[in-house]
Amino acid sequence: MLVDLAGGWNPMWGRLAWSQIPYDNPILAPLFVAVVVGAILVLGLITYYGKWTYLWKEWLTTVDHKKLGVMYILIGLVMLFRGFIDGLMIRTQQAWAVGAHSSGVFGATHGYLTPFHFGQIYSAHGVIMILLAATPLLVGFMNIIVPIQIGARDMAYPYLNALGLWLTAAAGALIMISLFVGDFAHNGWFGYAPIFELQYSPGVGVDYWIWTMELVALGTTLGGINILATIIKMRAPGMTWGRLPIFVWATLSANVIALTSFPALQVALALIAADRYLGAHFFTAGLGGNLMLYTNLFWIWGHPEVYFVILPAFGMMSEIFPTFSEKPLFGYITMVLASMAIAGVSWLVWLHHFFTMGAGPYVNSAFSVATMLVGIPTGVKVFNWAFTMYRGRLTFNTAMLWAIGALFLLLIGGLTGMMLAVPAINYMVHNSVFVVAHFHTMLLVIVYAIFASVIYWFPKVFGFKLDEFWAKTMFWLFSAGTVLVFVPMYMLGFMGMTRRLDYVFNTVWHPYLLVMEFGIAVYMLSVLAFVALLYVSIRDHAKNQVGADAWGTSRSLEWLTHSPVPFYNFAVLPHISARDEVAWRRDNGIDHVQPDHYEDIHMPNNTGVAIILGGLTFVLGFALVWRIWWLCALSLLAIVALVIYRSFKGDPGYIITAAEVEKMEKEALRREAQISK
Amino acid sequence: MSSHASNVDPKTAELWDKSHYQHDVISTRTFGYFMYLLSDGMLFATLFAAYGVLSYQHSYFGGPTPADFVKPWYTFAQTMALFLSVLAYGLGMNALKHKNKSGVINGLLAALVLGVLFLALDIHDMTHLASLGISVATSGGVSAFIVLTQVHATHVFFGLIWILVMMAQVLTKGFTTEVVGRLLTLRMFWHLQAIIWVFVYVFVYLWGYMS
Ligand code: HEM
Ligand SMILES: [Cu+2]
Repeated sequence: MLVDLAGGWNPMWGRLAWSQIPYDNPILAPLFVAVVVGAILVLGLITYYGKWTYLWKEWLTTVDHKKLGVMYILIGLVMLFRGFIDGLMIRTQQAWAVGAHSSGVFGATHGYLTPFHFGQIYSAHGVIMILLAATPLLVGFMNIIVPIQIGARDMAYPYLNALGLWLTAAAGALIMISLFVGDFAHNGWFGYAPIFELQYSPGVGVDYWIWTMELVALGTTLGGINILATIIKMRAPGMTWGRLPIFVWATLSANVIALTSFPALQVALALIAADRYLGAHFFTAGLGGNLMLYTNLFWIWGHPEVYFVILPAFGMMSEIFPTFSEKPLFGYITMVLASMAIAGVSWLVWLHHFFTMGAGPYVNSAFSVATMLVGIPTGVKVFNWAFTMYRGRLTFNTAMLWAIGALFLLLIGGLTGMMLAVPAINYMVHNSVFVVAHFHTMLLVIVYAIFASVIYWFPKVFGFKLDEFWAKTMFWLFSAGTVLVFVPMYMLGFMGMTRRLDYVFNTVWHPYLLVMEFGIAVYMLSVLAFVALLYVSIRDHAKNQVGADAWGTSRSLEWLTHSPVPFYNFAVLPHISARDEVAWRRDNGIDHVQPDHYEDIHMPNNTGVAIILGGLTFVLGFALVWRIWWLCALSLLAIVALVIYRSFKGDPGYIITAAEVEKMEKEALRREAQISK
Repeated sequence: MSSHASNVDPKTAELWDKSHYQHDVISTRTFGYFMYLLSDGMLFATLFAAYGVLSYQHSYFGGPTPADFVKPWYTFAQTMALFLSVLAYGLGMNALKHKNKSGVINGLLAALVLGVLFLALDIHDMTHLASLGISVATSGGVSAFIVLTQVHATHVFFGLIWILVMMAQVLTKGFTTEVVGRLLTLRMFWHLQAIIWVFVYVFVYLWGYMS
């Protein structure tokens, strides 16, 4: 049944061989040494400070939605950095390998990357940025904020939540290890049929790509179920649909998309795997395969996915604008309807990613109009935000700056999207860097919203604010980088430069590419500013402590409980009476009223099962990539056995007594009183 | 300041929950599981779409088509096995309402046996195809046929393991909230697999046989 492989295979090691380790690669080998040294250093430091038990008890086995969220965000930031380095390498190659006379080093004729290596880098860049940076960062924020915003103690399924995190971590580990063992796909982040077939890509790169994406897809589907169940089933008394904070609505709409669309990706990838592992003919260029079937299946997921990532970002902006405008959100109901409309329409537009397939004028027109329809709810949102700020009392702190930046980017990205939605234009610029500039503008909306949220919600999670000076420095450097990289990219798009070039034949484009390279350097500075921001803020944290309502003008429920949020979220669950509950209590002078007595709280226990399952899935993925069948069988068996074991064991949870709650609450209130002095 | 969309009087408003609000564990669980099944349904929908695209004449590339190797009555036996299995499970759940342990166990056992029968028929069918030299590598159309039917069979396989686990849990733990919740979710799972089978039987086997 299994396909015959070119190259070696043996029952013990599968396709693994020493020759798969790129120790002779002048870029990867030093990087590998650096990673090993770094890892030894980190592990050594943890051992030296005796933090292993702390790490295991407080973080690795936790089921607390806030800690899981923080870990999601850490994974997201690490992967964002990795993706950024990929981007930097792509830009450097394109700034260097221009024209027939450009020099070449490290075995490349032009520039410093061979075409195969370059292909792997841009493929990894896309997969990482969308699935392992943006998605975990957003999921992290949903995880932390949503349960508190609806007045719940935790997610509906805390254990499943931990499992989702460790699946994502396993996916991240799998793509990282592809750097040093074997190679990665060179077929772009979305893949093309039939180049990913075994015949044309005989290496393991495509397999790494398949299983990484499968793992993220699985984790995200499970996470989506959890968050939907949480929002629908776990709201505090009085938290009616009409009082739900807007970020919760955004999360809801996004996860409806996740739940329904990720299975399509899972199937699309599994069918590639069927082709590559079993010799099936789903997407082959002969024997009845259908190439465009793949492209359709992928984008049936792919377009909803881009809205899955942008809707939460919209939600974040909808929280930040009112807080720093000291006004309620303009048009709450229309905002909700717009989110739902976007989620719905996002299902009807996938074909705009391949108008050039040539499905004919009727099909193309239908999808063109459907695509443009998205502009209506999006426009509603933009106007709502503008009217929220209109005649508000604006505070331009850094969270607000990021949010306003996101608004501008959304405008540009939306308008260029509209241009692309016209088939006549699309035929001209499809697969040019104009498209690349369009979706980077859109994805930068998300990055801006995420950094706005980092500033905005950091005090809620950690109890102190981030340093304003470094935050602003980072913002302006980042924005300068954005302009310097993407304005020339739009121009090059119009000049006809196609995407994914490892060698740029047209020297007229060189100046633009150099400006973009300079822009990347500015981005690098903003990364350094971010590190400085974290360092300075943590150093000075005693000075920047905050109370429950960190900004003094915040509105939704998460600001009612202490900062940092106690692990049980609310000592007594709040009873909700208004849409912006905290603003309502503040305006009526009852925001400091505490519960008059406390009660026992029931909490779930920590569990090591989730992280072990994550580890086993990583092993399973690795074994699948290298076709080590006995290891596949073993890890799959272990996974099933562990799941069954856990279901027998169950989790009775534990009780925090009312007296303990009271003690912790007194302590938190005492701390808060000190800060306000 | 302007509206908070609240008409509650702040002076008398209840600020903290006094109702000992507890969410319902079983309904939260079954609701979440329902959503999982939704995603499972999407998974099958995608597979059906792929099958639809790959069931044109040219998809078989001149090789065998389902019309050549599908035996409708054989598959009808499979259908009966699966449906009776679901029925048996349902009878077991009826016994659950009366907290009748042996009734539940008998229901699960019958469901298990009939499910195994279904799977055995499927495996026999696949080995028969293999003996004819038909495999996923034959053509795109046959790939879609085999993958769709066998993904369904894999679901049934895991369902059978789950039934076994639940029999053990009913015997060792009795009807705890967790066990009852799992029995209900397993019931949903088992029903969905039967529903999917209806589509598989009609659109893949019967339609394939006739075209
Ligand atoms: C107003 C809404 C939008 C419209 C009208 C629109 C339109 C389009 C069109 C027509 C394309 C295909 C271009 C081509 O390949 O020829 C495209 C590509 C893309 N768009 Fe958008 N878009 C919109 C919003 C978004 C959003 C919100 C995101 C993500 C957050 C996004 C991300 C992407 C991505 C990732 C691609 C291309 C992926 C690739 O080819 O690698 N778009 N968009
Ligand atoms: Cu799209």
